[in-house]
Amino acid sequence: MQHESSSPLLQLKNLQIAYGGIHAVKGIDLELAKGELVCLIGANGAGKTTTLNAIAGVLPLQGGDIMYNGGTINALPAHKRLRQGIALVPEGRGIFTRLTVEENLRMGAYTRSDSDGIEADLEKVYTMLPRVKERLEQVAGTLSGGEQQMVAIGRALLSRPKLLLLDEPSMGLAPLVVEKIFEVVQSVAKEGVTILLVEQNANLALEFSQRGYVMESGKITLTGSGDDLLADPKVRAAYLGEAA
Amino acid sequence: MNELVSAVPWLGKRNPMAARWLIIILAIAAPMVAMLFGRSWVRILDFALLYMMLALGLNLVVGFAGLLDLGYIAFYAVGAYTFAFLASPHFDVHLPFWVVLPLGAAFAGMAGIMLGFPVLRLRGDYLAIVTLGFGEIIRIFMNNLNYPINITNGPQGINGLDSINLFGWDLARNLQVTEDFSINSLFLYYYFFLACVVGSIIFIQRLQISRIGRAWAAMRDDELAAKAIGINTRNLKLLAFSMGATFGGVAGCLFGAFQGFVSPESFSLMESIAVLTMVVFGGMGNIAGAIVGAFALALLPEVLRDVAVPLQQTLFGHVLLDPEVLRMLLLSLAMILMMLLRPAGLIPARARYAHPENLHRSAAK
Repeated sequence: MQHESSSPLLQLKNLQIAYGGIHAVKGIDLELAKGELVCLIGANGAGKTTTLNAIAGVLPLQGGDIMYNGGTINALPAHKRLRQGIALVPEGRGIFTRLTVEENLRMGAYTRSDSDGIEADLEKVYTMLPRVKERLEQVAGTLSGGEQQMVAIGRALLSRPKLLLLDEPSMGLAPLVVEKIFEVVQSVAKEGVTILLVEQNANLALEFSQRGYVMESGKITLTGSGDDLLADPKVRAAYLGEAA
Repeated sequence: MNELVSAVPWLGKRNPMAARWLIIILAIAAPMVAMLFGRSWVRILDFALLYMMLALGLNLVVGFAGLLDLGYIAFYAVGAYTFAFLASPHFDVHLPFWVVLPLGAAFAGMAGIMLGFPVLRLRGDYLAIVTLGFGEIIRIFMNNLNYPINITNGPQGINGLDSINLFGWDLARNLQVTEDFSINSLFLYYYFFLACVVGSIIFIQRLQISRIGRAWAAMRDDELAAKAIGINTRNLKLLAFSMGATFGGVAGCLFGAFQGFVSPESFSLMESIAVLTMVVFGGMGNIAGAIVGAFALALLPEVLRDVAVPLQQTLFGHVLLDPEVLRMLLLSLAMILMMLLRPAGLIPARARYAHPENLHRSAAK
C-alpha cells in the first residue's frame, strides 16, 4: 500500500475522551492516509461515535492528540475544523428538519462565499443524488430516512471536505437503501475525499473500506485491511453473527 | 408583510393585494375606531403595539434560535429603568430621547449577553429555569435597590418620566392642527409605536433570511449538526440573546416614556409568560404569528374587563368571576385548545425560503 509512505491526513495519538463520568475512549491510535476509506466498527457503546465527535471538535479531549494535515488541532473549535476541511455527518443524520432540502444542502456551504463554486458543487451533488434533486422544495423532516441520510451526506459535501466523518449512515435503514448509501459513499471516496466511516453493520462497512479498525469498550482491539478483518474469526464471531 | 397578508382569513389567498390594503387601512384606522369606544381603548392599542415589539423580540430568541427564555421581561425592565434613570426627575437627569433610546437598547443587549454566557451549554428545561431566575433577579434588584443608596426607588417605582420628544416635538402633548382641531397625544403615540413595529418587522424579516437567520434555524433544528457545518453556535446564541434583548430594551424605553412611570411590578414573571404565550399562540418562529398573537392576547383582558363584568351582572345579578381570574382561565383554555387543534400556532411557521426566488436572492448576497 503506497499510502503508508505519505504523511497521514489524520492521526489520533493515545486519544482519551471522558464525559458525564464515563471514560468512553481509553487511549486509541488511529491513522488515515489521504484518499483512504477506513471504517471503525464495533458494538454499541464501544466509543465509536465519541471518537468521531472528538475529531469533529464537538467533544473535548481528556488526553492525547489529534493531528490533522501535519498539525495538532486539539484546541480548535468545531466550526474552525470545518474550515480546515473536516466535515461530520452526525449520528442520526442531523437534518435541519424544518428547512427545505435545498436549504439543508446550502447550509453545508455556510462557511463558503464563492457562489459559483457553491452552485457547481450543488449540481455535482444533484447528479450524485438524483433522489434528492426531486425533493428540493420539500421540508427535510418529511423525507424518508434514506433520503435524509443522502441529504446529510450531500450537505457535508457542500463544504468541500478533505476528510469526511460518517457516523452510522446505515442506522435504521432498509438493506436496499443501505446498499445505495454505501454506493454514494464509495463514489465520494473516488472523488478523492478521505473518509472515516463508523458502522455497526460491520460486514458491509468492511466490504467497502480499504482498512478497518475494531473498537471494543473504548479501545482498538484489531486493525487490518477490510478483507483481512472480514476473514478474521474473532470479527466474524463478534460482529458478523457467526459461531466461533 | 406577505405572511401577514396570507394570514388574513378568506381574502389573503384569493386577493393578496386587497388583503394588503385591508391591513394597512386597519392599522391606520385602528385608533380612530377605538376612539369611538373611548379614549382608554386607544391607550390599550398603544400597549398592544408595545407587546408586539416584545413578542417580535422574544420570537427571535425562542422561535428563530430555539432558546426558551422565560425571563424575557427583564430586558423590558432594563430598557424602562434606563429611561427612568436618564430622563426623569429621579436623578434630575433629562437626556434627550434619541440619546436614551440607544442607551436603553444597548444596556438591554448587554444584559442579554450577561444572561447568554452562563446558559450557553444549557438547553430545554434547564435553560428555561435559569432564564426564569434571571428575570426574577432583575425584578428583585429593582424592588430592593432603594437602600442603603436609593437607586431604583424600590417598590414605589419612579415617577414623572419624560415623554417622548422627537426633535422638539413632544408626543405627550396634543397636536394642535388648527384652532379647533387637535390630534390626541394617544394617537401620536400610536403612530410612533406603529412606525417602530413596522421598522422592527422589516429588520427582523431581513434578519430571518440572512446568513445569521439561517444559522439560527440550523442551530434550532440540530445543534450538533450546526456545529458540524461550521456554525459558531456560541456566538450565534449570544447574538440571539442580545438581539432579542435589544428589542425588549427599546420596547421598555417606549413603555417608560409612554406611561411616565415605572415600577417593578410591571415586570413580573407573569408578564414574561404572557409574552411567551403570545409567541406560542401566534405561531413560533413566525413574524406574522408574533404580531397576531400579541394583538389578540394584549386585547383579550381589556375586552374581558369591558364585557365580562356587565355580562355577569345582567346574567347573575353580581360578578362571579373577576376579569383577572377569567383572563387566566380563558388564556389557559385558549392554549389547551391551541395545542389540540393547531399545535404550531395560529399562523404556523413555514420552511423559510421555500420559494426559489428567495433562495437565490439570499444566496446572491
